[in-house]
Amino acid sequence: MIVLKDVSKAFGGVQANKKVSLSVEEGKITGLIGPNGSGKTTVFNSIVGYHPIDEGSIQFKGQEISQMPVQSIARLGLLRTFQQTRIYGKMNCVENMLISTDNRNASVWDMFGSRTSEIQDKAEHLLEFVGLYRKRSLKAGDLSFGQQKLLEFAMALMNDPDILLLDEPTAGINPTLINGLIDRLHRANTEFGITLFVIEHNMRVIMNMADQIYCLSNGQMLASGKPEDIQNDKRVIDAYLGGH
Amino acid sequence: MWQGIELLFQYPSVNVKYILDGLFFGSIFALSAYGLALVWGVMNLKNLAQGDLVILGGYFTWYFQSAFGLNPILTLPLVMGIMFFFGWAMYVLVVKWVIDKDLFTSLLATFGMALVIQQFINLVFGPETQTAISELGRFKFYMFGGKIIVPEIRVVGVVLCAIVAIALITFMKRSRTGQAIRATAQDARAAKVMGINTDRVYALTFSINSAICGASGALVAMMFLIQPFYGITYSIRSFVIVTAAGLGNLPGVVTAAFGLGVLEGYANNILGASYQQFIVVFALVVVLVWRMVRLRKARMVLE
Amino acid sequence: MSIYKRDLLIYAGISIFAIVLAQLFPAYITQIAVMFLMVILAQTWDLQGGQMGYNSLGNIMFFGIGMYVSSIIQIAMLYGWGGVGEYTSASGSIKVEILKDNYLYGMFLGAFAAGIVCVLFAFVFGQIFLLFRGPYFAIGTLGMVLAVAELVSSWEWVGAGGGLSLPVYPAVDPTESGRLYFYCFLAISAICFAFISWVTSTRFGLALNAIRDDEAKAEAMGIRTLRYKVSSWMISAFFLGLAGAIFGNMSNFIEPLEVAFPTITFGVFMVVMALLGGKGTVWGPVVGAVIFHIIKETTWTYMLGYQWVALGLLIIVIVIFFNQGIMGSLAERYPHWFGIKIEEDPEEAST
Repeated sequence: MIVLKDVSKAFGGVQANKKVSLSVEEGKITGLIGPNGSGKTTVFNSIVGYHPIDEGSIQFKGQEISQMPVQSIARLGLLRTFQQTRIYGKMNCVENMLISTDNRNASVWDMFGSRTSEIQDKAEHLLEFVGLYRKRSLKAGDLSFGQQKLLEFAMALMNDPDILLLDEPTAGINPTLINGLIDRLHRANTEFGITLFVIEHNMRVIMNMADQIYCLSNGQMLASGKPEDIQNDKRVIDAYLGGH
Repeated sequence: MWQGIELLFQYPSVNVKYILDGLFFGSIFALSAYGLALVWGVMNLKNLAQGDLVILGGYFTWYFQSAFGLNPILTLPLVMGIMFFFGWAMYVLVVKWVIDKDLFTSLLATFGMALVIQQFINLVFGPETQTAISELGRFKFYMFGGKIIVPEIRVVGVVLCAIVAIALITFMKRSRTGQAIRATAQDARAAKVMGINTDRVYALTFSINSAICGASGALVAMMFLIQPFYGITYSIRSFVIVTAAGLGNLPGVVTAAFGLGVLEGYANNILGASYQQFIVVFALVVVLVWRMVRLRKARMVLE
Repeated sequence: MSIYKRDLLIYAGISIFAIVLAQLFPAYITQIAVMFLMVILAQTWDLQGGQMGYNSLGNIMFFGIGMYVSSIIQIAMLYGWGGVGEYTSASGSIKVEILKDNYLYGMFLGAFAAGIVCVLFAFVFGQIFLLFRGPYFAIGTLGMVLAVAELVSSWEWVGAGGGLSLPVYPAVDPTESGRLYFYCFLAISAICFAFISWVTSTRFGLALNAIRDDEAKAEAMGIRTLRYKVSSWMISAFFLGLAGAIFGNMSNFIEPLEVAFPTITFGVFMVVMALLGGKGTVWGPVVGAVIFHIIKETTWTYMLGYQWVALGLLIIVIVIFFNQGIMGSLAERYPHWFGIKIEEDPEEAST
């Protein structure tokens, strides 16, 4: 669904990504791992258009997107969540959800669409799904970091994306809730049919969840394969233990 | 307007006059713009009262000259001193309370200060345009066989401007206080952890800015005209220059200031003084659009 | 009953109260008319400043443009487009006999055209200015209104800096014109209130709030932000244009700096009123405008020239100590008035 071919990106003298190639298959959960500073978030930012890439190509459903602006890429059905969560702090949770609906075919008059009970129900259903229903009339800015993370996830689901890029979904979440979150990510994948592409530090989580895993190290693709292959790959273990 | 342009080609020497005018303007703009870049860079304050501080400084010079017969050049250090303390007071009374709030709060608070300053000047000194006459004003340089006349005071003004600027840069580079200010500009939290009293640094920065504006205003009063409501144009000019040059780019500030000065020199002579604000705002929009187009290539926005 | 309908009923009540007041105290009718003008100014400013987080210091430009458009159209209806230059250069020495019906027709047509022209201006300017964020937008719009005022001041055809006088309403009874403008402003402000409270209750309002809270996030979610921003400015421009047009007729004489583009009076008032009442709420600008107008009218003349200094100080005090404004503070204390439900959580969710 997403195909990166030889994508390079440098910030000043720092080569954040060096000829990274990967592909995310439709309907699957794909993981992206790697030690700190290995260029994972740079890959995400390149895909969603936060910065231009130096060379290479990024395709989404066969369409070249490496030159498109952020909003247009989002309207193709490709969404991401942020490592430092971003929600609309002064609006309450339900409002955060209501404004996150799909914009793909929005006409000028849809700007003035009123709140139908249909989307209201959907918003509340999704808040229930991530476990924030009780908090729905609180200001999003007053939620805890973990709750904001869940809200951001729910907002992304509200948008009915084709693919969702999650940047460390379990970071900052109470460990007792992580199993629940894995379950929800699985359900988002199977029930809602959303392809997932996940950056994750927690090995247990990613090994449980992903169908395919890519491992980055120092901006380069180190290894890729099924979770069990990655788990036993000596290069990956070395990279994590600071072999370089 | 066409006559003005024709004149440029008939008498190429007028170009020299316009460019010289531009450099005189530009040297003054550079001072206040440097001050704005300082407070912007160090405490992230977009000071809308910048131009009014300039005009206030100008009125001090004018007042000392007309009331006590002081030579305007001698008033320069005096005005800088007074404006330094004025800046300190302004920091303690207003700026201190708004720097950690959201952007518009500080912008509006400084806008409120701008109103207070300009209206106060208007009440005390009246709305007429003023200029500080100096002993030096009588002598004039003649160039191109008398076609171009440059009053001596303007040359002296540019020299004074350069002296203030060099003193300031040396202060920022060499002194411990200057280092503390630059450290705070880079990372306020780290500076705080390292034992720098950031509140004091902020107060000092704002006071220095105020003193710079005072110097710039004193020069305006000597070389050109002052009027209580001229301040806002100086504020916008400073914004144009800082936006064009970026923060912490001293050569850029100087270049942009002279560029704006020359643009205004030409525009004033060709279009007439009644398009002054339009030219400044036009420059602002052009600079902002230019910056945005460049940033868009890097997929960033101007914030 | 939805909050939105309740708000409309309350506003209708206020309007009726104002009408009664105007009948009882006809001497104050102009004051009350100007008060409704203030409500329009504050509310249209708040649509950007409060709801969208784009703090314009130049919205008063549309007020002035509307005033000039409507005035020129009214003059052109009397003398033809060719006669406008002659009329303006005579600077008031041409006296006009005009029938009441013609006057009203010209005024309403002019006002409507003013609204449309302002919408076009907002559309065009918005494509550029609304790309500027934060301080750049504020200072850019401030520069914009100063530049436009300066251009109009040197445009001979519209009377340049000397201004131009307009035909006078041919009323037999002198109180009649006061009543006319009172009802005009009352009507515009009621329509403006209804429209803005409707529009903020739709998806549009949510989108503006989203842009205010985190524009980059809104873009990342695929919201067409520029479309919303420009539309919001167009809405404000329309009502400002209408208000400016009527205000021009009410003043009978217009000129660029003090009447049409009063940056330092109305232009600053609209910001202060919205902040005082509480920005980002439907009622804040209304409450702020009413309170500010009453305070201003009762104290202004006693301040002997220091009112401008006081205005500057008021801005500083509001932004430092009273950032939320009246309605903002009330919303914090009595959230249920504003439809905000805080449900006590019996079993605290453990996240």
